[in-house]
Amino acid sequence: MAGVCPYSLSQFPYLHCYVQTFIRKNTVLLTTAFAGAFAFELAFDITSNKVWDSWNQGRQWKDIKHRYMVKEEEDDE
Amino acid sequence: MLGRSILRASNRAVARQSLGKSTRASSTAAGAEAASSPFYLTLTAALATAAAAGSTAWYYHLYGQEAFAMTPAEEGLHATQYPWVHERFNKTFDHAALRRGFQVYREVCASCHSLTRVPWRSMVGTMHTVDEMKAFAEEHEYDTEPNNEGEIEKRPGKLSDYIPAPYPNEEAARAANGGALPPDLSLITKGRHGGCNYIFSLLTGYPDEPPAGAAVAEGMNFNPYFPGTGIAMARVLFDGVVEYEDGTPATTSQMAKDVVEFLNWSAEPEMDERKKMGVKAVALLTGLFAVSVWVKRYKWAPLKTRKIVYSPPIGPRR
Repeated sequence: MAGVCPYSLSQFPYLHCYVQTFIRKNTVLLTTAFAGAFAFELAFDITSNKVWDSWNQGRQWKDIKHRYMVKEEEDDE
Repeated sequence: MLGRSILRASNRAVARQSLGKSTRASSTAAGAEAASSPFYLTLTAALATAAAAGSTAWYYHLYGQEAFAMTPAEEGLHATQYPWVHERFNKTFDHAALRRGFQVYREVCASCHSLTRVPWRSMVGTMHTVDEMKAFAEEHEYDTEPNNEGEIEKRPGKLSDYIPAPYPNEEAARAANGGALPPDLSLITKGRHGGCNYIFSLLTGYPDEPPAGAAVAEGMNFNPYFPGTGIAMARVLFDGVVEYEDGTPATTSQMAKDVVEFLNWSAEPEMDERKKMGVKAVALLTGLFAVSVWVKRYKWAPLKTRKIVYSPPIGPRR
């Protein structure tokens, strides 16, 4: 155990234990990091876009375009 | 060096204490001598300070102040600050207002002012649908590439074309406007001090008649917000000049507000996306900053909480 760990246990006890579960295999660490980054970016973008749209309700083109799209369809008929 | 000077100072202090001249435990030699500094030293210091302060003040008076060569009339009246919603850090343009503003530009401004840096396609998905913009573009004629005989023909406009200018060149524009050149409006909110406030004030700031004593040149109009107060453009926005399709009352201030927002869009079409990215970046960086603070505290915890104890070697009792 002491040979695997570059830090002394007394200095970073808790972090050491958490990281050991991921770091034991490099493939596991990489997969965790990449999947985590992907999931975080997805969640962050969706959340921040929702917040942004709620701040700008009724101001953006997607909020008003239905007026003009519907009107055009009626003209075509 | 340092060690030696400390040593010397402590030696002196010890010596002074032992002589009984001074009871202060100061580490420097400044003590009794400072109280009895000679009269001429104080005077010299005071005179030198006065000379330095005086020459600095004189130099600032001569060269440091900003030169105002213009009279207030030449400067123009400062524009009123308006609470533009689209200028807040978390607000996009009001795209319904952009649509109305583009209508005002088309029906009022476009007869004299060009908007040459804006292509028709940039309004698609911003304030108009594709079919509407195609119809607008096709109303105008553009030169084709030379054909096999080298002749240039005319074709209807496409979405990729830029909005055509009302005059073929600057000279024609000057000739049609009494020598004054109507500026291109593509970047006008960036190109004028005060931006939106200035343009709104200018458009709505024409008085019914110039104030008494104001000199207005032939063919010019009085506008206090225009630097020099004499502007070749007459008031163009009157109530009801434009009929909005969404039923908004077309008052002068409403039209001015809409067209100013449209001109701000034409100068900064990337604003919506830029602000959104900025908000995201600030949110992310705040999180990363919090993490870095936590990591620092985590790493420093053993250093901050340790206690250094000196236990002297136990010698023989005297």
